[in-house]
Amino acid sequence: MWDYTEKVMDLFYNPKHQGVIEATDEPGLKIVTGEIGSIACGDALRLHLKIDESTNIILDARFQTFGCASAIASSSALTEMIIGMTVEEAMKITNRQIAEYLGGLPEEKMHCSVMGQEALEAAISSYKGIPIVVHEEDESALVCRCYGISQARIKRVVIENKLDTAEQVTNYIKAGGGCGTCLVDIDDIIADAWQEMKAQSAAKTEENSAVTATSVAVATKTETQVQVARPLTNLQKITLIQQVIDSEIKPFLALDGGDVELYDVDGDKVKVQLKGACGTCSGSLATLKYAIEAKLQERVSPTLVVEAI
Amino acid sequence: MSVIYLDNNATTKVDPLVLEAMLPFLTEYYGNPSSMHTFGGQVGKEVKQAREQVAALLGAEATEIVFTSCGTEGNNTAIRSALAVQPNKNHIVTTEVEHAAILSQCKLLESQGYKVTYLSVNNQGQLDLDELEASLTGGTALVSIMYANNETGVIFPIEQIGHIVKEKGAIFHVDAVQAAGKIPLNMKNSTVDLLTISGHKLHAPKGLGALYVRKGVRFRPLLVGGHQERGRRAGTENVPGIVALGKASELALTHLPEVKKEKQLRDRLEKGLLSTIPNSQVNGHLTQRLPNTTNIGFKYIEGEAILLSLDQYGICASSGSACTSGSLEPSHVLRALGLPYSVLHGSIRFSLSRYTTDEEIDRVLTIMPQIVERLRALSPFQSDEESWLQEQEKAVALAKN
Repeated sequence: MWDYTEKVMDLFYNPKHQGVIEATDEPGLKIVTGEIGSIACGDALRLHLKIDESTNIILDARFQTFGCASAIASSSALTEMIIGMTVEEAMKITNRQIAEYLGGLPEEKMHCSVMGQEALEAAISSYKGIPIVVHEEDESALVCRCYGISQARIKRVVIENKLDTAEQVTNYIKAGGGCGTCLVDIDDIIADAWQEMKAQSAAKTEENSAVTATSVAVATKTETQVQVARPLTNLQKITLIQQVIDSEIKPFLALDGGDVELYDVDGDKVKVQLKGACGTCSGSLATLKYAIEAKLQERVSPTLVVEAI
Repeated sequence: MSVIYLDNNATTKVDPLVLEAMLPFLTEYYGNPSSMHTFGGQVGKEVKQAREQVAALLGAEATEIVFTSCGTEGNNTAIRSALAVQPNKNHIVTTEVEHAAILSQCKLLESQGYKVTYLSVNNQGQLDLDELEASLTGGTALVSIMYANNETGVIFPIEQIGHIVKEKGAIFHVDAVQAAGKIPLNMKNSTVDLLTISGHKLHAPKGLGALYVRKGVRFRPLLVGGHQERGRRAGTENVPGIVALGKASELALTHLPEVKKEKQLRDRLEKGLLSTIPNSQVNGHLTQRLPNTTNIGFKYIEGEAILLSLDQYGICASSGSACTSGSLEPSHVLRALGLPYSVLHGSIRFSLSRYTTDEEIDRVLTIMPQIVERLRALSPFQSDEESWLQEQEKAVALAKN
């Protein structure tokens, strides 16, 4: 029996946001779908998104999943994470973050989290009207014929997850899990990917050294300017936080029947009280992090941390 | 919550009478049956009695029984022995639906230069005897075919197969691990040369089995060392286990006439599930199968999800889905039947025992439809007309061709 976390089992038995999003004629709203996986492989996910075209904010996300407990839990976790995010923010979600949200997945089940990431990518591609996962079309570089997986996709999962064995690649995207004849090729792709990662890392270190040297040189010159841009006073900070909450965050939460009240500000710590649907929603952590904290960091100060009381 | 155990093809509950019979050999009577003293000699008599009990279950003679540690050892020994006594032959015939204890050994032998023919099955899990006949050559050393399949319960016509095999002069081995105790076996006047059974499939503990070796069939041991088991299997005897297997065999023989009660319960379960759950089907032949087994495919949903949902209610069953096993491939047995993926991934095996009750079956019949309904509501596949599903199935069919 698999060693699933309580979170996985909870979302398997009580999934949130399952189903479809009905088509709407409401102007400014777009509903898109991303499909990934197949019944032949044993898991498939169809992700539905409702996006506000004026703000690019994902207002709703629903899923339909064919698969095991971790596939269903990963799908549900994904929807909880992305509701309230902008499309740009959602695009940065990695499969590892999905797995972390679940408190971890067995290594052999990591492909379930990858499936979530790829369905999201497909849905956003559809929203933007661009071809879905371009690397999948690289027919010439098909490596795993059993599961139809390309060289580019293998390389991407190796880099994103820092994988170093062919077995891990199989656990993440199934490549090599059929007849096994491509495992040697996968080893080669891993070696190339690591070489590339090392080269990029070396180049970045070099670039950082150059930036540091330049910074030291201009530090004295800009000192006066820094003093001019004074930090906000406590009163200014609290007033600005209250303004952003009232004018930008509250209307967004209200779309899902939620609300938030500012409770206290202690240094960089912003304490809020989630109300309405947000107060009882199991995705409140994601709301707190992505819909409230991220917005306050962007509009008031990047050092703010938001906590719910 | 009491457990409803419907996974008896995986393993069985130890019968209390079996436990009672074996316990003194773990405590009081711990002598070595090979010892010359009376203390050990007494134990030797119990081993002899157990051998007779196992022989009775198989319709064999006591001298034809070799105790082993499990079904896998019995199967491995049979294959290796058949090849060792016929060094001039290098061909083996088996089926695509055998247990891993056979298939893995055959794969290993292929890597060592042996040729193996894997016979296919039809969509009901049955063999084509013409295909078997055509596969046999003068170089065929061994034909190894299971009596009954562990996943579907489909029974092969062993004696018919044996006649074909004997005409070509090959040794005939039968893996009867799932059949023993569930259907009558009789090795007297049989065409079977070697036959394997396993204790934990018939209400004895795990870690013991037996290999039937027909009198006159040449044999080479897998384990060599002392001269236990008349030189056929070295190693100090697992006396408590052997006594347990003997008692379990005796009880299995006693219970054989009552197997029809198990069959009635199985049929009620099967009929109930099929009538209340649309888009479900039995995998394998409807009549030529074990009385305790049913393998049902619930379309459009996945096996592990069903099993975990059943587990919430204390119901134990089994699935051939890839997600359950950790492998990426679903059951090789169900794939050999050529089932569509929409059925294959959602197939559940329920296997009953003499302990299964009417109330337990009622409970499964109440719970299972709810589980299937919930998971289908989550699934993107709802019918065969779903374009995505159709595309997937077609793509797989094309890839195969």
